[in-house]
Formats: sequence, C-alpha cells, structure tokens
Amino acid sequence: MTFPFLSVLILLPLLAGVILLLLPAGKRGLIRGIALGVSLITFAISVYLFAAYDKVAAGYQFVEQMQWLPALGISYHLGVDGFSLPLELLAGIVVLCGVMVSWKVEDRPREFFAFIMFLASSVFGVFASLDLFLLFFFFELAVFPKYLMIVMWGSPKTKEYGGMKLTLYLFFGSVVALVGVLAIYFTSGLLTFNLLELEQAGFGLAVQKLWFPFIFIGFGVLGGLFPFHSWAPDGHVAAPTAVSMLLAGVEMKVGAFAALRAGLMLLPDGMQFWAPLVLILATINVVYGAFIAMIQTDFKYVIGFSSVSHMGLVFIGFATLTPEGLTGAGLQMFSHGIMTALFFAVVGMVYDRAHTRNMAELGGLAKHMPLAMMGFVVGGLVSMGMPGFSGFVAEIPIYMGAWKTMPLVAIISVISIVVTAAYILLVVRRVFFGETPEPIRAGLSDISVMDKIVVVGLSLLMIFIGLIPSLLVPMIQGGVSHILSLVGGA
Amino acid sequence: MTLSVSQMTLAILPEILLVVLVGVLIVISLIKREKCNQLLGCITAGGFILAIVSAFLFAMPKAEPALIWGDMLRLDSATFVFRMIFLFGAALTAIFSCTEDSIRCRPEFYMMLVFSTLGMSLMASSSDIIMLFLAIETASIPLYVMAGIKIKEEKSVEAGLKYFLFGGMSSAIMVYGFSLIYGFSGTTHLYDIAQGVIAHQVPIAGVVVAIVLVLAGFAFKISAAPFHFWAPDVYEGSPTSVTGFLSTVSKAAGFAALIRILMILFEANDGAVWQALIASLAVASMLIGNLIAIPQKNIKRMLAYSSIAQAGYILVGLASHSNLGFSSAIYYLMAYMVTNLALFAIVGWVGRKTGSEDISAFAGLSKRSPGLALAMLIGLLSLGGIPPFGGFFAKLLVFGAAVESGWAWLAIVGVINSVIGLYYYLRVLKVMYVDEPVENTPLKIKEPLWLVGLILCLVLVVVMGVVLTPWFGISNWATVGF
Repeated sequence: MTFPFLSVLILLPLLAGVILLLLPAGKRGLIRGIALGVSLITFAISVYLFAAYDKVAAGYQFVEQMQWLPALGISYHLGVDGFSLPLELLAGIVVLCGVMVSWKVEDRPREFFAFIMFLASSVFGVFASLDLFLLFFFFELAVFPKYLMIVMWGSPKTKEYGGMKLTLYLFFGSVVALVGVLAIYFTSGLLTFNLLELEQAGFGLAVQKLWFPFIFIGFGVLGGLFPFHSWAPDGHVAAPTAVSMLLAGVEMKVGAFAALRAGLMLLPDGMQFWAPLVLILATINVVYGAFIAMIQTDFKYVIGFSSVSHMGLVFIGFATLTPEGLTGAGLQMFSHGIMTALFFAVVGMVYDRAHTRNMAELGGLAKHMPLAMMGFVVGGLVSMGMPGFSGFVAEIPIYMGAWKTMPLVAIISVISIVVTAAYILLVVRRVFFGETPEPIRAGLSDISVMDKIVVVGLSLLMIFIGLIPSLLVPMIQGGVSHILSLVGGA
Repeated sequence: MTLSVSQMTLAILPEILLVVLVGVLIVISLIKREKCNQLLGCITAGGFILAIVSAFLFAMPKAEPALIWGDMLRLDSATFVFRMIFLFGAALTAIFSCTEDSIRCRPEFYMMLVFSTLGMSLMASSSDIIMLFLAIETASIPLYVMAGIKIKEEKSVEAGLKYFLFGGMSSAIMVYGFSLIYGFSGTTHLYDIAQGVIAHQVPIAGVVVAIVLVLAGFAFKISAAPFHFWAPDVYEGSPTSVTGFLSTVSKAAGFAALIRILMILFEANDGAVWQALIASLAVASMLIGNLIAIPQKNIKRMLAYSSIAQAGYILVGLASHSNLGFSSAIYYLMAYMVTNLALFAIVGWVGRKTGSEDISAFAGLSKRSPGLALAMLIGLLSLGGIPPFGGFFAKLLVFGAAVESGWAWLAIVGVINSVIGLYYYLRVLKVMYVDEPVENTPLKIKEPLWLVGLILCLVLVVVMGVVLTPWFGISNWATVGF
C-alpha cells in the first residue's frame, strides 16, 4: 500500500481548518504558523506528485479507492491524470502564495486562515476526484468559505453585493449541473458514480444532447462562461486579495475542469453537438471580456474582466476537440492561474498602500515598489501572449485548434490579443509610470519580503514555462490523448 | 404473524413507559414545587432515553411485520425507526427546554410533551384509520397546550389558540375523509382497504375524493402550502423549544403517517394522480416558503417559512413514488430534525440573552460568541444543502429520486428553490459575521446540559453528511417495512 498522498493533500487543509477554528483567537502567531506550515506541506506534496507522475505510463495515478455508500455506488475515489495534475500543482502554488500575501491580516486571522484552508481542501479535492459524487461534494464545499471571506474581509463598498452575487451564481450553476449529473447517473443504469466506469457507459445521443448543456454550462458558470460570467469581475473585485487570487487563479479552473470531467468526458457526443454554441459563447467571452477590461477605471476590475477573457480561451480549447486545442486549454489553465494570481497579488499590494484602486488617482508606483511593477509587467507579457512567456505556449495551440475546427473563431478571438496588449500597457502606464499624485504619496512603501517572494516566484515560473514548455506539455498531452480517445470511441 | 398478549405488551413497552413517565412527573412535581431547576427536564429526557433503550431491547421489529392489538397497530421497521426519531427528538426538546425559565418549572409542560410524543409514536404504527385518527389527536391536543403555555404572553396565547382552531378544522376535514373511506370500503383497516382497491371492490373515484380530504389534513400537520398559514404565527408565539418540537418531531410524525397511507395507495393503484397531487403540494410549499422567508425580520418567522420550504423538499421525495424516494424523505427528515433542533436551541438561547428574536439580534455574534456563530453556520448551511452537512446529502437524495422517476422538472424546481433558500440563510450568516453588534459583551454559555444537547445535534448534522451508509441503511430499512 502506497502512501496516500492525495488524501493527505485534501484532508490536511480540512483538518487544519477545523483545528484553527478551535484555537483561541489570541494566538495569532500560532495561527499564521499553522496556515503557512500546512500550505507549505500541500505545496511540497503537489510538487512531489508532479515530479513523481509517470508520464510514459500516463493514465490515472496515485489512485485511492474506498467504499463510501456502496448502495448507491458512491466511493471515495481519488486519482490524477496528466490533465488534472498541473492543476493540483497550480492550486498548491496559489494557496501558498495566498497565505503569504495575507500574512498581515489583522481582522480575525483565525477565521480567515481557516476558511482559506477549507477552500484549499475543496479545490484539491475537485481536481483529484474520480467519483462524480465526490467531485460534487468538494465543489460545493467551497460555497461558504468563499461567501464568508468576501463579506467579512472584502472591500467595504461592494462586498455584500459581490459576495452574494458570486455565491448565488455559482450555487445556481452547480445545482443545475447536479440535475444533469443525477440524470446521467440514473440513465447509465450502472448504479455508480465512478467516473472511470461512467466514461465507458456510452450514453445514447439523445441523452447526451439533452443533458450536456446542464452539466457543461452549469459547471461552466464557475469557469466564467458567457453569459454567466458577470459574477466574476464583481466577485473578484469585492474579495480580499488572497481570495481573489484563489478565485480567479484556481476556482475558475475548478469550474472549467468540472465541465470537462463531467461534461465533455462523460458526454463527448453532446460536446460535439453543442460545440458550435460553446465556441460562440467562448469567443464572446474572449473578445467582450477584453474590450470591457479596456474601459475600466478600477485597477482590479481590469484584471477581473481579463480573467473572463482568458477563461474564454480555455473553453474554446475544449470545444475544438482537437489535440492542440485541449493541450492549449490545459496549459492556459495553468498559465492563467499563475498569471492572474500574480496580478491580483500586485493589485492587493498597491491597494494596501495607496488605499485606492481608481487608476486616475494612481501613478508612478514603479519608483516606490519596483518589484511589484516588474511582476505586473511579466504578468502582462504573459497575458498578451508574448513569445518566451507561458501565455504564448498556451494560446498558440488554442488558436491552432480553433483554426482547424472553425477558422472564424480563431480570426475573431485573435483580436483580443491586440486589445489585451492595449489595456495591459494602459494599466502599466497609468499605475506604475508618470507622476505620483500627492494624496497617495504618503502611504507608499516597498512591498514586504513575503510579497517579494510571491512576486518573484510567480514571475519566474511563468518565464520557465514559456522557455521550457516541455515541463508541462508531455504530461498534459497524456491527459488529452485519453480525453480524445473517449471522443473518438463514442 | 400472530403474537401472544405478553409479546404484544412488550411491543408497546416504550409507550407504556411514557405513560409511567407522566405519573412520575406528577409525583415529583407534587414533592418539589419550588426550585425545580433542571430536574423536570432531566427526568423527562431520561424517561425518553429509557423508552429508546426499552424499544431496542424488547420492541425490535421481527423480520416479518406483525399486526398487534386487534390489528390496530403494526410493528415493523418503519414503526421502529420513526419511534426512535420521535423519542430522540423529544428527549432533545426536553433538554433544551430546561433553560427556558418560563416553562422549565411547569410539570404540565413536560406531561404534554410526553403525551404528544406518545401520540406520535402511535401515529407511526397505526394500521387502522380509527386508531390513526385517535393517535393524531393524542399528538395534537397537547401541542395546542404547549404552544400557548406562556399564558401571560399575548403572543403565546394567540399561538395556542390559532394552532388549536386551525388544527381542529383540519382534523375535521381529515376525519370526514376517513369516514368517506370507510363508507366506500366498509372497513377501517388500511391494508384491507388497499386490498379492496386492488380487487376493484372499492370505487377508486370515491377513494380519490376521500384521500384529497385526508391529504389536506396531513398537509396541515407537515405545514405544506397551501395549508401553512398557521405556521409562522404559531412558531413565532410559542416558546422556542416548543417551536423546535413543532417544526421537527411533529412534522416527522405527520410524514410517518402520510408515507404509510401513500405507500399503501401507490401500491394499490396507479400512482399518477397521487404523484401529481403531491408534486403540486411540493412545488407550492417550496416556492411559498422560500419566497416569503426572504423579507422576514424575525428569525423564528424566517425559520417557519424555511420549514415550510423544507416540507416541500421532503414532498419531492414522496412524489417520486419509489423506494429511493421514500428513503430519501426519511433521510431528509432525520437530517432536518437534528439541524432544526440545533437552530431553534440557539435561537432560543440568543433570544433570552439579547431579549430579541429579530435577525438583527444576531449581529456580531461571531465576535460575542464565535462558537455559537459557528454552530449557527453549520445549521443554516445544512438547511441550505451545503456539504459536508446532512442537509446536502438529503437534498441530493430527494432530487435524485425525482430524476430517477422521470420527474426531472420537479428536481429543477427544487434546485432553483435551494438557490433562493441559500440566499436568506447566507444573509443571516452575514449578520452574524459582518454586522456590528449592539453590545460588545461576550456571551458565555453557562448551561452544560444545553450545550451537550446542542453539540450532539451538530455532531449528528456533520456525521449524516459524511458517514452516509448507516443512515441510508436505516432509511431503506424503514421504507421496506411500511
């Protein structure tokens, strides 16, 4: 019996969260220490898993299975493949960074770190679930930490609106997906929630066509799929920095991943039937998101809408059903997760010092916090898809895939690159260069050591991936070939 | 299977013990009039627990269901499971009421609680419509008294009277339905009536009319729309531990009897008519309950509407007309009972400390008592159907049952409603965690017994959401027994 790495990865944060809540609120040092320690351990485990995964053998590895409710075919069934493992790594990185940038949280740190731990457990769990019930269980586990973290520590003006909107949107999406999940569970007649068995169930075309939109779009709400994306900018902006990082960096991937696992992989014919619709919606995501980002005056809203735009590319990648498109989508999820976490971290650092996110009131910050500026610029280059950065290796395959299936989609969505370049450069100029306005000058100081580690680490990672894509590509390709075998086989 | 008189006596030993318990309460209340403190509540809870133990020892159902006492009662797994549910819920109610000054030294309150539980226990086992009606009345009449027990408070008296009038009316309708059933079938025995329907000796149209009337009576008991009008006022006016009892145990009793009648009828003839009827009750309850809960300012009224909505979700399970549907309803009832008992325990406690039952009284609870806020969070999220709490799996089961029976639209109505429901549950969370408290003094819990009861409830809420097999097994076992 091998060491249950995945269980530890998922259950350790959960346990840590419960323990944190039981500690006396006064012991702030201990509370932070536990949170950092646990996030370091989960980070280490995710790195280890990433390194130890056998890329040649591919398939699902580190599998653990235990009966949970045999009467309904529910089991505690974990495992990762080439597609989900980079996402586990992403989650490990972002959770760690989230804890580090929140080091200075003064208001009820016990609850703050406990809820981050619950959120971490939820995302690790979704990526590793090989049981549809378990996947759903972890998916829903994130509901209350997200809500409470936004309304408790969010930005005062919009936190109640943004938090409630985000929670209800996401809950709505997931319960609609639930109906679809239940429907295919009962139609399969297999009486199992085991994803590996359901993959082979071979559902009839009518069933696939009927239930695919429920599952794919239901989960896709969390991925920010148009027209259900509007929770994302409002929610990201309302949330405190660490939560914005986790939400945009990891949670949106959870949505896209669940749509892939339960929608695309179980109902591939449904995906083929609905692909044009998904392509159109995702193209709107990409282009519309980018244009809206351009006209924002709030620093954080720019990033919020840019997430919507970039997640659209992931859905385009899915809907192409080509090896290029899916590989690109996998890379894009990882790359965008790191990039947007970095963006939100920098936004948080700026806001903590300037106390405003209105770009008209910002300027010249490069002098005061040079490293934050560097990080933002690297993120910006990734975002524009510059060669040499991870965004390039992710986006090019997606456009290639789109060109093969529907050239028009590729042509239209390429516009977004130009727009993205425009708004990123605009933000860099307005926020980091020029004169520093008088009102904010007093509060400015350089970022803390913890912040520097986060910024440098994330920036370097994106450059590494851009220069050496082979770190990720073979692994993701292994996962993609399995996905495509399901599509071809049906 | 026929049993001897001694076996039959053992089969109703828990009920007999409850009668003895009432006697004990009378004697004690005569001896210790003053300074009763928590004595009465503890004795009552102890008596209930003793009854549970006795049921395990002497009144376990046999493999084959047995009709006892002139075919009036039926000893089967459903009887047993529901009896456990009622006794357990009543024991918790007794514990929680110990902290309520207005009732804890009133022996008559505890007597009524015991009598009502006795009636409910009989409701779950009745197999004859006359017995069933008597059991329902035995369960209901003490409840009217309990609701109005705070005789010096206008609201409580109003609650008692209102509950009594509505209850009397719905009983009358129900008994009229029963009389029609008897008139058409010539027998009062439920299972004989079913046989008659199967053999086409009973005109089905007549039974339909009769059952609609009976259903109205039950809809009142379980506070399903459109027979819910009593619930908000009664919940608000009654002492909080009585409200907890009304919204959980009493509702479960209504469901126990309703499930038995429906199971028999579903088997006896094509279920489509009943399914449509139950489904429309379910939709109405979910929508009305959830929508009207949103603007409520009083937490007890909000939970009253929420409990109307919860009845709707359980009815979704019943409407599914399948084994999974009925077991999901029983699972739901169990998870809902511990959840709501915990919530009302907290609501009552906070109400006594702050002197207000408004939602705003919970402002800043996370600062004044982080533990209690967390307990409230667990309860509310369980009602909202969020894992890892019992309400999540229960909801998943009832919606699953609906989808399995081809009633996906009902599941969709259900899930949309759970989104609406989550909205007002989260709003209470927001008040607790974000709003500034009026006073900043920490709230300390000084009632250890109350705390034990609350923790027990919360542990069960979590356990029912994580350890699924035993609870699902129990629900299934009860379902096959009917």
